[in-house]
Amino acid sequence: MNCATRRAALMACVLLSVIARAAETEGLKAGVFNPAREAPDFSVRGSDGTALTLSRYRGKVVVLGFGYTSCPNVCPVTLAVLAQALRKLGPSAAQVQVIYLTVDPERDNAERLKQYLAAFDPTFVGGTGTAAQMAAVRTSYGVTAEKHGTGSDYAVAHSSFVYLITPEGKLRALMPFGHKADDYVHDISMLLN
Amino acid sequence: MAIVTVGASAAVAWAAFTPVTFASREETFEIPKGTWARRMAGNKVEILPSQVFLTLGIRDVLLLKNMDEVPQIFGPTLMMPGQSFRLPFEVASSYQFACTAHASGQMTVVVDEQPDTPWRRLLWRTRRVFRVVA
Repeated sequence: MNCATRRAALMACVLLSVIARAAETEGLKAGVFNPAREAPDFSVRGSDGTALTLSRYRGKVVVLGFGYTSCPNVCPVTLAVLAQALRKLGPSAAQVQVIYLTVDPERDNAERLKQYLAAFDPTFVGGTGTAAQMAAVRTSYGVTAEKHGTGSDYAVAHSSFVYLITPEGKLRALMPFGHKADDYVHDISMLLN
Repeated sequence: MAIVTVGASAAVAWAAFTPVTFASREETFEIPKGTWARRMAGNKVEILPSQVFLTLGIRDVLLLKNMDEVPQIFGPTLMMPGQSFRLPFEVASSYQFACTAHASGQMTVVVDEQPDTPWRRLLWRTRRVFRVVA
């Protein structure tokens, strides 16, 4: 094979891989970022008692949500949907990690997160830290959280979407609140394949 | 009088029986280059309306593009320079997104049913006229 033929073959391969990647994400139910950027890494206190980093789960699809254990409506629904999606995924669920980072580090310590998340699925991992640490993570993902009310019974209005991160650590998609478990199963399966 | 009646009937018939089509299913909003600099200079720049109207089957994809040189919160999410975000809709409903770009802090995407019958096409076109006027 001469040099020109080899170069043409290489270009064809690159083109095909670009087309394949575009086709792969074209059919996602979630909103898709193009190009996908590197998902910002973080290091916070995990509900499993260890340091929780995103890079720890390289090789898995990470489903990343933000919420808090006292959330009256959005978080319980989202977590229940995610738990249902993992059950539907069957053995493939082993290649998926749900991470839920608190927007209320004042009340959500690691133990409280662990108990709360275990009620949905024992494989879910929560993350907490100082207010400044968690705010920095939110900023890097464009997540908003605003405290409403005073005293111990306050609420936190927060972004309700969930990020889908590829096994290569790319921030590929954003699933808005309200999607069903089947939509997650569909998209996670696409990202795994 | 007869001419007016015939004209009105023809308009209604057209609105009911002519299929609704768009060149693309994507409703695109773009942050142009230099937007951040204009905002920093004190200019008010509104790109994304607080209400976006989509229609299933014909224009049901929201496409946001950040062509500026800095990251921007655009619609529901943070977007890097040169990045686009493509959000498809499959269910007719009204969707609320937190959006810091708007004074209300909220953006609404209204997704209408597919206008696939004469009656729905008539309703869809009537609604569209009122939305444009409003």
